[in-house]
Amino acid sequence: MTAEAPIIQVDGLIKRFAELAAVDRLSFSVNRGEIFGLVGPDGAGKTATMRMLAGVMRPDGGAIVIDGVDAVADPEEAKQHVSYMPQRFGLYEDLTVDENIRFYADLFEVPPAAWRERARRLLAASGMSNFGGFKAGQLSGGMKQKLGVTCALVHTPKILLLDEPTTGVDPVSRRDFWRILYGLREDGVTIVISTAYLDEAERCNRLTLLHSGHALYCDTPAALKQRMPGALLAIASTDGRAVRAAITGQPGVSQVLLVGDGVHAVVDDAHERIPQLRDALGHAGVPFTDIAVAAPSIEDVFVALLETGGAP
Amino acid sequence: MTDPGRPIEARNEDQVIADDLVKRFGKFVAVDHVSFRIASGEIMGFLGPNGAGKSTIIRILCGLLGASGGRAIVAGIDVSKDPEGVRQRIGYMSQKFSLYRDLTVEENLRFFGGIYSVPRAELAERMRFAIDMAGLAGREGALVATLAGGWQQRLALGCAVLHRPPILFLDEPTSGVEPASRRRFWDLIHSLASDGVTVLVSTHYMDEAEYCHRVALINHGRLIATGSPAKLKQTAIGGELLLVECDGLGATLAALQDAPDVQDCSVFGNALHILVGNAEKSLSELPDFLSAKGLRPRRMARIAPSLEDVFVQLIAADVAGRRAVA
Repeated sequence: MTAEAPIIQVDGLIKRFAELAAVDRLSFSVNRGEIFGLVGPDGAGKTATMRMLAGVMRPDGGAIVIDGVDAVADPEEAKQHVSYMPQRFGLYEDLTVDENIRFYADLFEVPPAAWRERARRLLAASGMSNFGGFKAGQLSGGMKQKLGVTCALVHTPKILLLDEPTTGVDPVSRRDFWRILYGLREDGVTIVISTAYLDEAERCNRLTLLHSGHALYCDTPAALKQRMPGALLAIASTDGRAVRAAITGQPGVSQVLLVGDGVHAVVDDAHERIPQLRDALGHAGVPFTDIAVAAPSIEDVFVALLETGGAP
Repeated sequence: MTDPGRPIEARNEDQVIADDLVKRFGKFVAVDHVSFRIASGEIMGFLGPNGAGKSTIIRILCGLLGASGGRAIVAGIDVSKDPEGVRQRIGYMSQKFSLYRDLTVEENLRFFGGIYSVPRAELAERMRFAIDMAGLAGREGALVATLAGGWQQRLALGCAVLHRPPILFLDEPTSGVEPASRRRFWDLIHSLASDGVTVLVSTHYMDEAEYCHRVALINHGRLIATGSPAKLKQTAIGGELLLVECDGLGATLAALQDAPDVQDCSVFGNALHILVGNAEKSLSELPDFLSAKGLRPRRMARIAPSLEDVFVQLIAADVAGRRAVA
């Protein structure tokens, strides 16, 4: 988009826990004002990466530059630009929503006039305007996460780091949460968010797909789907097992997966393989109602990239 | 209730019957006249927000919690009359996997074999089955705490089926498990189902719901929709979904919220998803509407809704309906 320097630049980042390389020569950059996703399953290295970005964990190698500041050499200076919301954000369950916000505002030395207006706006955006007097411990999981973001944002950071804020949060609350993030992006905040929900990758502007501490992929979600080698076919059938038995081992067919409505299969070339699979199913006498090309999910692409070894 | 999504082949005896179930906690109605049936060998998914009543229904069906009204019949047994009989015929696996982390794989299996009263003569063979199914051969002596999430998940499933239950209740069985392991887990569930095991699984992972034969959507203790994933995506959203790619998402979003026939509008990464009554009509009319405001989207196209779109729309409609009544 612009030639502007990235606000976060990560190069060859390494973190070891004993023998295990939790983060293994990871590189990516985050542009100013975008929502950047660190997406991957448990154990992929998301939390360790977040902690190093937040300056609360020292890397064993590599460089992190945040808004021109060498964050490895001078984490305290880098922290001025960053607000970090860990997985278990420190809300005081026996304090009210308002009291929690005031506590964080005091901690970050924000003048009351500034944070009151800001907190009012954020709470309104989260549909929590009427909950100011509730104890944090009485809130649902989704509301606690929204309160956490409100607390993390009382001091107007340039960069917001969110470590798995939507884990265990239901889809309706998840959408509300993302609406808040898009609002912050409009205000110019850069957001780095980690998630184990692979489908959340689609909500980011750009993302890196992590596995075992390294990046399988780093670009936009739209480009990610185009990285799917071959095509995904959906075969609708009431006897998925028989379909699987009939097509497994057919030339050009990899990944055969039973789903509720039948079978998903990855093939190298849809045009060539659809007639071939129709024949195979016909010969085997397996009933099916349809074979069609389906849109791959991020998980389909993830598994396919793992099989092909991924790419930088 | 009609069950359009149920596979015809699975229409033998219903293994789980909830008939007008009600559960009150004081004045709070946690389960509000819920009825459904699950056929032998069917995988039924329970979807709903946190606190919707999914776990309460499962606990009633397991005989762990008494209903305030209605009937639950599991494996042909009236749960309120013989909860112990029901418990011998079901396997239960919870979110937390309920494994002993400081015991080995084998010790956990032996422990659960005792709990489920697996006959001593059969135990060795059943443990072998569970270990092979979970792909844990060679790791019998490993401490559970040292196993990755996917292994723990499969071990928990192995423990839950040690006593060959014909019915399996899985309460949010997967979270953050690595995709290849997750696929393997679902493959196991499908093989159990094709051997005739009936499965009820609660989840709020939408992609997990895709693995189910049929899903039931629960909100505020009520069943608000049921059907196969494909059927729900075709019919339940109450409109058609468009993708709008544009620069300046904020301005376009604001304009579209006031556009004719646009029911809902949400940001999705670098694009917008909008729900309209008629995709073709909106595709021809919206470009003019937007260009009158100086906005020119790069691309607009009809897209297939995801199960999450369906879920969010149905919940929103349910909430609006309840407001209108109140």
